[in-house]
Amino acid sequence: MADVALRKVVKRYDDVEAVRGIDLDIADHEFIVLVGPSGCGKSTTLRMIAGLEDISDGDILIGGDVVNDVPPKDRDIAMVFQNYALYPHMTVAENMSFGLRLKHYPKAEIKARVTEAARLLDITDLIDRKPKQLSGGQRQRVAMGRAIVRNPKVFLFDEPLSNLDAKLRVQMRIEIKKVHQKVRTTTVYVTHDQVEAMTLADRVVVMNKGCIEQIGTPNELYHKPATRFVAGFIGSPAMNFIPCRLEDTGGKLNLRLTDRISFALPPSRAARYNALARTDRLLLGIRPEHITESHAHLEPGVETFDTMLDVTEPMGMETLVYFGLDGAPVCGRVNPNAGARDGAPMRLAMDLNNMHLLNEATGIVL
Amino acid sequence: MSTVAIDKAGPRRNVKYGSMSRDRAWALRWSYFFLVLFAIFSLTPPLYMLITSLKTSAEISAATNPWWVFHPTLANYVELLTSNQFLRFFWNSAMVSIVVVIVTMVISIPAAFALARMKFWGSATLATGVFLTYLVPDSLLFIPLFKVFATVQEWTGIPLLNRWYVLLFIYPTLTVPFCTWIMIGYFASIPKELDEAAIIDGASWLQTLTRIFIPVALPGLIAATIFAFTVSWAQFLYPLVFTTSVDQFVLPVGITTTLIKGDVFNWGQIMSGALLGAAPPLIIYAFLMDYYIAGLTAGATKG
Amino acid sequence: MAEVVVQHSRAARTTRARKGGSLHNALRRKSTVAFFLTLPLILLIALLVLYPALYSVHLSTLNKSMQKFVGFGNFTFLFKRETFWMVVKQSCIFAITAVIFKALIGFIVAHFVHNIPAKGQRKWRGMLLVPWVIPPAMSTLAWLWLFDPSYSAFNYTLSFFGIGPIPWLGDAAWARFSVILVNVWYGAPFFMIMYLAALKSVPDQLYEAAAIDGANWWQRIWYVTLPMMRNIIAITTLFSLIVTFANFDIVRILTSGGPLDQTQIFATYAFRVGIESSDIPLGASVSLFMVPILAVAAIFILRDVSKRGNEA
Repeated sequence: MADVALRKVVKRYDDVEAVRGIDLDIADHEFIVLVGPSGCGKSTTLRMIAGLEDISDGDILIGGDVVNDVPPKDRDIAMVFQNYALYPHMTVAENMSFGLRLKHYPKAEIKARVTEAARLLDITDLIDRKPKQLSGGQRQRVAMGRAIVRNPKVFLFDEPLSNLDAKLRVQMRIEIKKVHQKVRTTTVYVTHDQVEAMTLADRVVVMNKGCIEQIGTPNELYHKPATRFVAGFIGSPAMNFIPCRLEDTGGKLNLRLTDRISFALPPSRAARYNALARTDRLLLGIRPEHITESHAHLEPGVETFDTMLDVTEPMGMETLVYFGLDGAPVCGRVNPNAGARDGAPMRLAMDLNNMHLLNEATGIVL
Repeated sequence: MSTVAIDKAGPRRNVKYGSMSRDRAWALRWSYFFLVLFAIFSLTPPLYMLITSLKTSAEISAATNPWWVFHPTLANYVELLTSNQFLRFFWNSAMVSIVVVIVTMVISIPAAFALARMKFWGSATLATGVFLTYLVPDSLLFIPLFKVFATVQEWTGIPLLNRWYVLLFIYPTLTVPFCTWIMIGYFASIPKELDEAAIIDGASWLQTLTRIFIPVALPGLIAATIFAFTVSWAQFLYPLVFTTSVDQFVLPVGITTTLIKGDVFNWGQIMSGALLGAAPPLIIYAFLMDYYIAGLTAGATKG
Repeated sequence: MAEVVVQHSRAARTTRARKGGSLHNALRRKSTVAFFLTLPLILLIALLVLYPALYSVHLSTLNKSMQKFVGFGNFTFLFKRETFWMVVKQSCIFAITAVIFKALIGFIVAHFVHNIPAKGQRKWRGMLLVPWVIPPAMSTLAWLWLFDPSYSAFNYTLSFFGIGPIPWLGDAAWARFSVILVNVWYGAPFFMIMYLAALKSVPDQLYEAAAIDGANWWQRIWYVTLPMMRNIIAITTLFSLIVTFANFDIVRILTSGGPLDQTQIFATYAFRVGIESSDIPLGASVSLFMVPILAVAAIFILRDVSKRGNEA
């Protein structure tokens, strides 16, 4: 068990910077998820922690030791790969014990560890099979088992669930969480799936273009995104971004969305945004669940407006409605019984207590 | 042909109901007809070898129906298999082929591993060079090689010319480039994560090669081995150039030079010898056809 | 170069990193390991392929006793020999005709095998590949016996149709035909196997789409099969061109170049001149004439192979 730290870590390929000097402190026992679109540098970061990639600059520390130049096998880490990377010619037990056998552990110890890991992952029956005879989910378990038997300081997961079908993915997600609760090993987990990131992580690291956009607990990221990228990346359907500007009307601070639609900001928000220039090009960031059908008893800060729906998507427990505000596409989530229909007019309510205001040019949440 | 039937049947389905399956049946019949024809063409020489090998010289010289054996006998085989000279050819061939296979594997497996996985200075050039070497035919090199080995023999005093073991140096020029090339292909097709997993598990490069790559690429290894063996076994030009004494001959040279004795009718024996000479590759082929074919197609499709 | 740079920057930082330097070693170790793993291969290619190839250029400039430099003497000598030009002509006819027929027959047979139910394909493929498996020196003996002037089994059979007897190896034209026939017999299965593998890799949906678009069988071959197999056809043909052009076994055993050198090709002629007549420089000169043609074929193959690599 150990903490992991990245200090100004840079990865350069020829003249391309894949990772641009990131800093990250991972506490002992913590489950950290690196999330971001493909090419954001998350996998490279993980592989640098593993020692599979050299680092171009900066330091990586595991358990307080700089491991920049330590080969992977001496870093005391274990890794689970996207395609499982099980050795096809070895049985499950042989796969799991390969690392221990290379290190010449006593046979009894190996057997004990493999048995224990197999029990933990519920693959005791499969121990003598070859990877070819296993289903995707089973292979995934074996790959995890191979990591567990090593009893390493750090677990590294590189998109371990992306080869599984949707249903199995949910199941394995829970499985991974359970395993982590039992073994408590520091874990760094890479995924492009924000749902996986949110559900698994103690803290999520959102990466984009080789930089860390934001680090925080899942709730922090969801409710207090720091940038437009994070706001748009976390949450599904994604947050709406509507061009807007601030106006002073009758001594109050108003938010003008279109020529027709302008809302008075709730007092708390008005105080926060008052200092902003009225000419700034801004974006209103609001999540779909904060755009709902209008009803009689509206709380303060909830503003209504009329619009023409383009498309509706009944999801069962809710209906997604899509419409445009001056050309900006907007999505809302309404009660399935609210009578939303394709191409029909509808009165909607926007909860400005949960709004975000972003600088359109910088993408920073104000 | 099934697809042929579909579109013919398409526009007139109402008129000719069921013509699809009828067309298909005809297409099949034609396919089989031509395949039988080609099979006859392919198998005539080996079958004729077998037929002749079962005949006595008397029957051959009597010019009866050449396609039929009236008095089958195994005498030709018995005679060859009890002839020290023929057994010597067989032994030489076997020794050369087996040692060449081992040498080839020892050279090409590590090289292919390095070329497939360790990018180093000049590795791409070397891989291309390997491929080009594989395209260099024996008939281009036999004269300079002969002279080279003659010179080496002169300088060092080690007898090389007219010794079967000189072939152990020469055959690898034919087998190593091809085997390296297809092993590069097989190794490259192993997912990179597999060696990364091995590295994290603590395997050294050598352990990765011996404990992961070789077992995983075993089918490719078998294909390469078969190739190296059959090429060594069948090679004719080099032994013809490098060996001149009967006791140094390998099978192809031995059979073609010692059994063909002008006017004497020992075609029965020649054919038995040829068949025995063809037997090892044929047996390997019969049992390991899929590997054989995999190796054959890999040369152009892998890498 | 990149590696060197990395090593420098590593080295500069070793004072800072606690376990510094070991990656430096690892890098050095990796390329050292790679070097030793490839060393036997490099030595083999350098000493037994590259050096002899260059050496044969040197040899070709010497006189018969190999003591005097004669420059292009051997070549000018060859140019004046009618036999040599016959060899050039025969080699080209032999290689081109044989490759064309091998390619055609291979293509047709591959189609027939591909057409029959998958269950039986293995068996047929197995039978049809037999000519390729038998060492050519051995199978050519069977052909030699089949072509025997007095006991030819072919002539025996043809006599029932009132044809023959055909001087398979005795007459120049027939001898050339026979040599090509044997080469086609030996090499066509290779094409068949390559094409069959390529045919299997063409997705069925393409044929179904073509059938729906109303293509007939010929259009399907022309617009779907051939374009999809273009690369493999090119590579196989060029491969075969090299092998056929450099062929030795078949001609040597069947005719030894006869009658009157009229089936002599480069390899057999080089053997005759260089080994049998002990004029090594002249033999080397003869075989060097194969180089330009082989080089052109090799360049095209290399281009196609690397193209395949890029596609993958």
